[in-house]
Amino acid sequence: MKTLKFFKKYTLQSLIAPLFKMLEATFELLVPLVIAQIVDIGITNQDNNFIYSRAALLFLFAILGFGCTFIAQYFSAKVAVNYSGDLREHSFKHIQSLSFEQFDKKSPSTLIANLTNDITQIQNGLNLALRLLLRSPIIVFGAFIMATTIDKEVSLTFLITIITLLIIVFSVMLFSIPLYQKVQNKLDNVLNLTRENLTGVRVIRAFNQQKKEKETFKNTNGQLTASQLFVGKVTALFNPFTYLIINIGIILVIKQGAIKINIGTLSSGQVLALYNYMSQILIELIKMANLTIQITKALASLKRIENILTFETKKETGTINELTDSETIISFNDVSFRFFDSNQNSLSNLNFNIKKGNKVGIIGPTGSGKSTLINLLCNFYQPTEGVIKLAGSNIQNYLSKAINKYISLVPQKAVLFKGDIRSNLLWGNDKANKKDMQEALHLANCDFIYQKDGLDTIVLQNGTNFSGGQKQRLTIARALISKSEILILDDSFSALDYATEKKLRQTINSLEYNPTVIIISQRISSISHCDQILLLDDGKLVGNDSHQNLLKNNLLYQEIYKSQIKESAYE
Amino acid sequence: MNRIFKYIKKYWFLLLISLIFSVFIVLSTLYVPVIVGRCIDILIYQAVDFLKLKSLLISLTITISITVISQWLQNLINNHTSYNICRDIRNDAFDKIHHLPLSYLDNHTIGEITNSIINDVDTFNDGLLMGFNTLFTNLLTILGTIVYMLNINVSITLVVCVLTPLSLLVSRYISSKTHTLFVQQSSLRSDINSYIDEMVSNQKVVYSFNQQENTQNNLAKINSSFKNTAIKATFFSSLTNPATRVVNAIVYGAIATFGGLIVIKNIITVGALSSFLSYASQYTKPFNEISGVIVELQNAIVCGNRVFDLIEQENEYDATTILNKKVEGNISLDKVNFSYTKTKPFIENISLDINKGEKVALVGPTGCGKTTLINLIMNFYPLDSGSIKIEGVDYNTISKDSLRENFGMVLQDSWLKNVSIKENLLMAKEDASDEKIVSVCKKCHIHNFIQRLSNGYDTIIRENDSTISTGQKQLLCIARIMLKDPKILILDEATSNIDTRTEIKVQQAFDDLMQDKTSLIVAHRLSTILNADTILVMKDGKIIEQGKHQQLLADKGFYYTLYNSQFEN
Repeated sequence: MKTLKFFKKYTLQSLIAPLFKMLEATFELLVPLVIAQIVDIGITNQDNNFIYSRAALLFLFAILGFGCTFIAQYFSAKVAVNYSGDLREHSFKHIQSLSFEQFDKKSPSTLIANLTNDITQIQNGLNLALRLLLRSPIIVFGAFIMATTIDKEVSLTFLITIITLLIIVFSVMLFSIPLYQKVQNKLDNVLNLTRENLTGVRVIRAFNQQKKEKETFKNTNGQLTASQLFVGKVTALFNPFTYLIINIGIILVIKQGAIKINIGTLSSGQVLALYNYMSQILIELIKMANLTIQITKALASLKRIENILTFETKKETGTINELTDSETIISFNDVSFRFFDSNQNSLSNLNFNIKKGNKVGIIGPTGSGKSTLINLLCNFYQPTEGVIKLAGSNIQNYLSKAINKYISLVPQKAVLFKGDIRSNLLWGNDKANKKDMQEALHLANCDFIYQKDGLDTIVLQNGTNFSGGQKQRLTIARALISKSEILILDDSFSALDYATEKKLRQTINSLEYNPTVIIISQRISSISHCDQILLLDDGKLVGNDSHQNLLKNNLLYQEIYKSQIKESAYE
Repeated sequence: MNRIFKYIKKYWFLLLISLIFSVFIVLSTLYVPVIVGRCIDILIYQAVDFLKLKSLLISLTITISITVISQWLQNLINNHTSYNICRDIRNDAFDKIHHLPLSYLDNHTIGEITNSIINDVDTFNDGLLMGFNTLFTNLLTILGTIVYMLNINVSITLVVCVLTPLSLLVSRYISSKTHTLFVQQSSLRSDINSYIDEMVSNQKVVYSFNQQENTQNNLAKINSSFKNTAIKATFFSSLTNPATRVVNAIVYGAIATFGGLIVIKNIITVGALSSFLSYASQYTKPFNEISGVIVELQNAIVCGNRVFDLIEQENEYDATTILNKKVEGNISLDKVNFSYTKTKPFIENISLDINKGEKVALVGPTGCGKTTLINLIMNFYPLDSGSIKIEGVDYNTISKDSLRENFGMVLQDSWLKNVSIKENLLMAKEDASDEKIVSVCKKCHIHNFIQRLSNGYDTIIRENDSTISTGQKQLLCIARIMLKDPKILILDEATSNIDTRTEIKVQQAFDDLMQDKTSLIVAHRLSTILNADTILVMKDGKIIEQGKHQQLLADKGFYYTLYNSQFEN
């Protein structure tokens, strides 16, 4: 159990809570004995003083009991919150260390739900468990032991009752845990639908799909309710069953007691005490029944977190931290790649070299594998066959941190994070000062932010307060500020107008730190100036040359060129 | 309160039955100690009257059976009502998403709203509905106990009644102290959740910037302030139970003492004392539970308020009248003004006539308001002033559905549902035949790709699918629009991720589609707009130039600079 590992440091604290609960329970268990004494000694002897002395004892137990719980509640709250908080951080960390391939297999919405709802369930469940789960068995077994001290034969009835009850508790638990799991899966579906509808709200409205979406949601939500009701049917039996069995126990105890009193082996005070113990068991078991439901839920949640923690994480295979000075900065040797769930290669047998400081363009039809190539180049995915070398060494021998440091990627989807412009730029370079930021922003043509609040301009989640083009330029600024050896722009001009794009292109070509630049684009004009152009088609490299040569010799390139230059024919 | 009542109304009958069962349960449960007390009285003397004992035990069995059956049925009914009410609230909250003004959705994170619909509804339901039941049962128990006790002895009853309210005072004091802590806790939790949401959703970006450690540290920071508050909230609220329990224990002791003393005076029997003690422990239980419920209720109210605030958000304005004019594609804008934040005007005073069959292109630097203008024409946002008319009918007088029916829109951000490719396409036209779908996909040059997928048209699109490229997603979105075959077509950078060769081929299909149709195109690729009937050149939220390509070039204005920058190299 990986989740258990994080519990270790709370072992001591988590023992305090049940320990003090046990003390409290002991005080409670002594009460029926005191009452029996009041009846058998105080009342029988008509001794008022004896009754007063026992009363004082009862009050003392009450106060001591409270003191014990005070401590227990504090430690259980502390352990529950801290442990679940640790779980939250660790599973977050674990998710972040998944390989891209592993991550692709998961649904982010489900992971998010796990990190939020499940953790909350665990916190509540653990808190209850520490406070009550141990208290109840202590009272139950304590009552049994007390009963043994009064009468061995009657205590047998206690034993049978308790065992029957335990069987019920555990069978309901065993039966309902998988059912709760099912409920949770249905809840995940509801969650996913909600998120999906929120992200696609414009498209849904544009297609007048509201009705249909509502219908789908109703169905999914209905399924959730149905599965909740099914579990409910099982758990609904719990309370009545325990009550029934305990009371059968009481009837038996009274009957046995009556016979024993008749022959004189038991006093009426003792029978009263036995009855009180049986009632105590009942009260505790009803608490435990409710608790069992809560705890099963929490256990189901814990199982899901456990599942997350067992996902295989990306192993750090590399050790190289520095780029060596090498003329060829990137080389692909017979590289092929296939996605885990695909039956076809996305990239096949790629061979090419990129020289340090060169400006390289990658072009090709939609779906030809351009973005996949970048994903391999950044070592997000590993080639199925072949070797990729970075500055002469296999890229897999580098520390992943080093790769990310030496390669700055402007991803196709412009993502900004909640915060302000400054905090977003710091992602690119955490040592950047105000001057660096202003410079990067200026280079990326982001001077529009000075019309707002400059570096302090607020960025909403997903950068929704910026237009597509503004977001793209800001993500470019974020990449420029890191001044990495390799700069990759994955179709990062798509939302920019020509004038802005051209200006940016010129800036990037004449950057002072002279990085190797790789530009992926659909437009020949965006890459025609490059020293080297890689032309991809259907996962294969069909051209690797300069613009002029490709234009002369490559049919596909000519076609693409024609498709784009046609526009000038209108002039 | 009213808003909660609305949901309960539908189930009033079941709730009533549940309450009746509560009465059964309470009465029969309370009767048990009376019978047991009588049994004990028989047991006081060594010569036990077994006949009398037997009849008492039989009535005990009957009483217990009543409790058990009522409890079971009540549980079933309660489950039924509470889960169904939960479902109803969720359905309504979800429905709301589709009626909220976009400005509301722009200003609230997805995590926030999802949290409300999923978690808050749960907490509300657990706390309020179950809380209500517990409250009722327990109040009834308190009442029933008092009546039963008065029946046995008045003076001991008085001892009990004077002392127990103490526990109520204690629990009220604690809950008033914890309320603010709960509010804080829930807002911190929502901070954590939206941070996790943001970072896990964009995990790949986080990775590529080596930001794992930073984000982990940030999470730890938020987490630690959450933990601080949560410990306090949990601890203080969990003091309620022990605090009332100590009061109860004192009451129990008082009864034992006082009862013992009056048993000696022969005022009551030992059996009656035993009944009293049972009541004392049962009587204190409802106070315990009520105080527990109060904490849950508070939490439920905080969460419920958030859900109902969402449900009761004002719907975006929508007329009910259906547009009954035949739509040919005439749209006119008259002095349109719009802003996202009231202090900063964004679209300023735009007047424009788009005639049927016209092909209108929108060009301009990024952030100039092209997309916003499209959003206004789709009636996604209400205008600040001015009006937009379709076929001479003001937008505000017709329902949005009947308006949008005539539009087909492809956005830059291709959104596909997590269902099969086919179902995604059918979104545009439910009754489209398989042949039609295939032929459209062929036109859009995506058919071959789809066929290569493991399940063809039935392949499910996953949330973060890396096997389908952005361009391919765009092609699917375009195929979807073609299937819809709308009267008015809106393309907002619809082909930005598609290679030009494919684009030209798709363009052919578009041209066929757009024949005789009004179309509005936002594009930075001037080639796609060269043959537009009108080009609108936008800058800073205004239309600064308008006309045909040649004419605009001849004017040597802003368009001229924009256009030339494309071919300068």
